[in-house]
Amino acid sequence: MAFISENIEEFHDIWVFCEQRDGKLQNTDFELISEGRKLADERGAKLVGLLLGSDVKGIASELGGYGADKVIVCDDPNLKVYTTDAYAKVVCDVVMDKKPEVLLIGATTIGRDLAPRCAARLHTGLTADCTHLDIDMNKYLDFLRESSTMEIDPAKFKMEDTNLKMTRPAFGGHLMATIICPRFRPCMSTVRPGVMKKADFVQAKADACEIEMYPVTLAEEDLKTKVLEVVKATRKMVDLVGADVVVAVGNGIKSDVKKGLELAEQLAEAFGGGVIGGSRVAIDEGWLSDDHQVGQTGKTVHPKIYVALGISGAIQHKAGMQDSEVIIAINNNEAAPIFEVASYGIVGNLFDVVPKLIEAMNAQKAAK
Amino acid sequence: MRIYVCVKQVPDTSGKVAVNENGTLNRASMQTIINPDDMNAMEAALKIKDATGCQVTAVTMGPPPAEGMLRELIAMGADDGVLISGREFGGSDTFATSQIIAGALHHLGIGDEDVVFCGRQAIDGDTAQVGPQIAEKLEIPQVTYAGEIEKDGNVLKIKRLLEDGYMTVEVKTPCLITCVKELNEPRYMTVKGIIECYDKPITVLDYPALENEPLIDKTTIGLKGSPTNIFKSFTPPQKGSVEMIPGTSQEAADALAEKLAKKHII
Repeated sequence: MAFISENIEEFHDIWVFCEQRDGKLQNTDFELISEGRKLADERGAKLVGLLLGSDVKGIASELGGYGADKVIVCDDPNLKVYTTDAYAKVVCDVVMDKKPEVLLIGATTIGRDLAPRCAARLHTGLTADCTHLDIDMNKYLDFLRESSTMEIDPAKFKMEDTNLKMTRPAFGGHLMATIICPRFRPCMSTVRPGVMKKADFVQAKADACEIEMYPVTLAEEDLKTKVLEVVKATRKMVDLVGADVVVAVGNGIKSDVKKGLELAEQLAEAFGGGVIGGSRVAIDEGWLSDDHQVGQTGKTVHPKIYVALGISGAIQHKAGMQDSEVIIAINNNEAAPIFEVASYGIVGNLFDVVPKLIEAMNAQKAAK
Repeated sequence: MRIYVCVKQVPDTSGKVAVNENGTLNRASMQTIINPDDMNAMEAALKIKDATGCQVTAVTMGPPPAEGMLRELIAMGADDGVLISGREFGGSDTFATSQIIAGALHHLGIGDEDVVFCGRQAIDGDTAQVGPQIAEKLEIPQVTYAGEIEKDGNVLKIKRLLEDGYMTVEVKTPCLITCVKELNEPRYMTVKGIIECYDKPITVLDYPALENEPLIDKTTIGLKGSPTNIFKSFTPPQKGSVEMIPGTSQEAADALAEKLAKKHII
């Protein structure tokens, strides 16, 4: 049957494009599969992973362990390293053939290159960098009750609506918008890494996962860009997203940057170890490299403990950390917006407070 | 050879942002600026112009006042500007927008040696989708997240920045490149440029001018035609449950440590 994106009743199942680099699945894949499982259950549909690469059949079943019913594997030497041309062609070929209702793609530098190219070719809508997804209307209304100041009147919503409701921050986090794509399928969304919670891996589910090898047709003339080299950063990137404890610094360490960073390290140590984050100022001033940046333009984190040292809390920063479990803010300005999202706040000079806090924490731990 | 630079006028979201009661952005109260990444795209084009003497055309879609932005880009060094403007185009999502811009570029003509530069993403929507969607509609290759560009005849060598490093790719013209801020430092307008910018041509392409353009599907443009729609928009609530710990720094530190221990956080 021909592929016509407007024939929405022909489209079924929830798909996740699974990204591999160097033949390894990425954390984003597990997050999206876990989220996709939730959506597939809401829709009563199957969850399918789509994996492109070279010699990657062996890693496919791991996706099952996080909830995929099936993984479609497209294996070809030309898919070893990501190129827009090869990946867009193969993804669109499979989608046109099998017609998924939903296609989720991680909002990485690869996903955000691939997704718009595919959406334009498939003649369907695409929503960028989503941070929350719902199909079930009741669940969506619960989300609105929790995440907005709106009065919710369920009578004003169609409960039978099965459109994917894709929520994302807009205007630097000042507004949240829920987007739908009612007339075309698949409904496509890129999803912000680090936001969706990864499910626990279950070996039995991985063993039960169906693997389908899908034949790839790629010709030389399909490939218009040529990859000359791929270079990994020599510096080890910090794993902000996966950290349980993040101690972040901002403009408040300006008077003694070296000491401020030292104190942040020591405080993280007192919490049992963690990673150092930074606000936009800390990155723009060169105090920390850009992989440390928390916020709308940096990473979204939701650690168990987030400490903000001398960070005023611009909305762009809050957008990247406000879902942390416990937020401790230390700032000399009692009016700093960071206190609006904090669990505990201390107004004071961080150079004075932090050493005393470390000492007091160590005393508390010793007393236990 | 001609380089098209796609630019967008955006509200300056770095300052205070005013939100209307219905949850939409109060644009009238905000300053507009040229989208920052688009300035890097313009600078990349002007560098190539410095070296080769090629023509640089700034292209934007927006309301009529966006012409002022095009004049600024001409004062920086662009040769001319194209303003795509029409009520029918208003409210377009990225799919619809890219279709209209691709249609306009096709209308203006993309030659074998031509290049389209875009910024990585605009600060109002942060989607990074319009560039690749224009490339797809024009059926030309794309390279996104360009952090270095070397051009040798009709071959471009581009360092594409990734989360964990970079890749170097080679692509031939015509192609579309999206630029990141690491690429360059945009130049300022020159006094001579400011004086001369009002004598340079700006072409306005309205709906009738593009109506018969084959790349534009009239049923998928504007607010009504866009594939995606805003279902709800809302402002995130303030949490407001902070417990401020009073006292001297010693007292506050001791009290906080005690609370953290009691709650088994440490």
